[in-house]
Amino acid sequence: MTETSPLIKIRDVHFSRGSKLIFDGVNMDIQRGKVTAIMGPSGTGKTTLLKLIGGQLRPSAGFIEVDGENVHRLRRKQLYLLRKKMGMLFQSGALLTDITVFDNVAFPLREHTNLPESMIRHLVLMKLHAVGLRGARDLMPAELSGGMARRVALARAIALDPMMIMYDEPFTGQDPISMGVLVQLIRLLNDALGLSSIVVSHDVKETCAIADYVYLVSGGKIVEHGSPAQLAESDSEWSQQFMQGMADGPVPFHYAAKEYAKDLLGLEA
Amino acid sequence: MLSYFQRLGATSLGMFERLGRGSVFFVNILLSIPSVIVRPRLLIAQIYFVGVLSFSLIVISGLFVGMVIALQGFYTLSDFGAEGMLGVMVAASLIRELGPVVSALLFAGRAGSALTAEIGLMKATEQLSGMEMMAVDPVARIMAPRFLAGLISMPILATLFSAVGVMGGYFIGVGLLGIDEGGYWSQMQAKIDFSQDVVNGLIKSVIFGWVVTWIAVFEGHDAIPTSEGVSRATTRTVVHSAFAILLLDFILTALMFGDI
Repeated sequence: MTETSPLIKIRDVHFSRGSKLIFDGVNMDIQRGKVTAIMGPSGTGKTTLLKLIGGQLRPSAGFIEVDGENVHRLRRKQLYLLRKKMGMLFQSGALLTDITVFDNVAFPLREHTNLPESMIRHLVLMKLHAVGLRGARDLMPAELSGGMARRVALARAIALDPMMIMYDEPFTGQDPISMGVLVQLIRLLNDALGLSSIVVSHDVKETCAIADYVYLVSGGKIVEHGSPAQLAESDSEWSQQFMQGMADGPVPFHYAAKEYAKDLLGLEA
Repeated sequence: MLSYFQRLGATSLGMFERLGRGSVFFVNILLSIPSVIVRPRLLIAQIYFVGVLSFSLIVISGLFVGMVIALQGFYTLSDFGAEGMLGVMVAASLIRELGPVVSALLFAGRAGSALTAEIGLMKATEQLSGMEMMAVDPVARIMAPRFLAGLISMPILATLFSAVGVMGGYFIGVGLLGIDEGGYWSQMQAKIDFSQDVVNGLIKSVIFGWVVTWIAVFEGHDAIPTSEGVSRATTRTVVHSAFAILLLDFILTALMFGDI
């Protein structure tokens, strides 16, 4: 793999959930060392895309390559080896609720390495320090605020020094301070640790502030892509509606329904 | 009429599909057991959670069940002047049937429901998904230790239930109703057969432990990850476990004691 080849190649990916088509031929390249944002309205399958990249879901057609390996062709053991190089930050944080912050961050280290406890302590404290929560090491996850929980989860995601991190809606439900901290951390960690980051979000302002490249997803397809500046200047209806938060546009305000007057009169369409 | 058959077909297919998934899940648990054995700390923590914490419930229930059998048994046996057989009656009922069955029903209510709720909530809060993404297999890390802990705890709890029950029978029979103490124990010693009664009782409790923990862990793993889904899964664990215990008890009793 050359350093210039994309870290993740997504080609013609199709995916359905039951009868509902989620992706209808998605193509995407995630470049190394960059922060790539995947944005789009709620319910367009952004989280599903992360699960497809992580090999937790399988596309019905097309393929996804991570660091030159076709994720869905790997055997379980190889997939787990690849996942050790992929950090993921879940929307809820997904911390283990029965152990402390310290043990949560130590969890992947204890599971995958035979490091002595003194070394694990150093590593955990370093990771917690990086997210500003070294002092919270003895707290239980239930004692953390939403923003703190995500920062702990971030410390855990970088515990094994991965090559990439996937962020699932990192800014949802955060107060302005937590939001600012997370925005800064994502960019800082990406650059300081030489990571590649994928941020799935619908928070336009925050995401565009740190993203190098943006993909806009809607209706199972990539409708626009480019740098945040290019998207802001784009005259495409999709970009205009999404970037400026307009209620109606290519994504209709009304959910598909029969004609209003007929519906009110109880007539068949 | 056609829709009735359609529904029946869909329900049956759904049932077999779940049974198939449950069986595959069980095989995965079995394959993960070696990884639990090399990390006994995980197993010990779960034995404490499902076994030790069920201890007081089992002891108190065993005591009262033994006392009730002694009371009821005494009034029936005294009609025939056979009060001396009270010890045998209490011990045989407990060791053969009530020990394994009642302790398994209690175990399903106390530990089985807790296991389902815990695993279901871990799924709903993406903890299981998070583990998978950290390249940690949730079946080996979460399910297998809990399954093995249930399998180990159940026979111990059933034995404890029977032992405490026999003591309860003793307090009532000898202490309250005044039957001969020597007769209570010696009749029991003479009539209760180790391989026929004790071993068969233990086999039953191992099988009940297996089935209850399998159902509990599978229901948690298979729960729809919402509060309603977890609540339904927890209810299913208790209901299906109770049915399975009683049905298996009938089959096992017929096989073990059918020729008596």
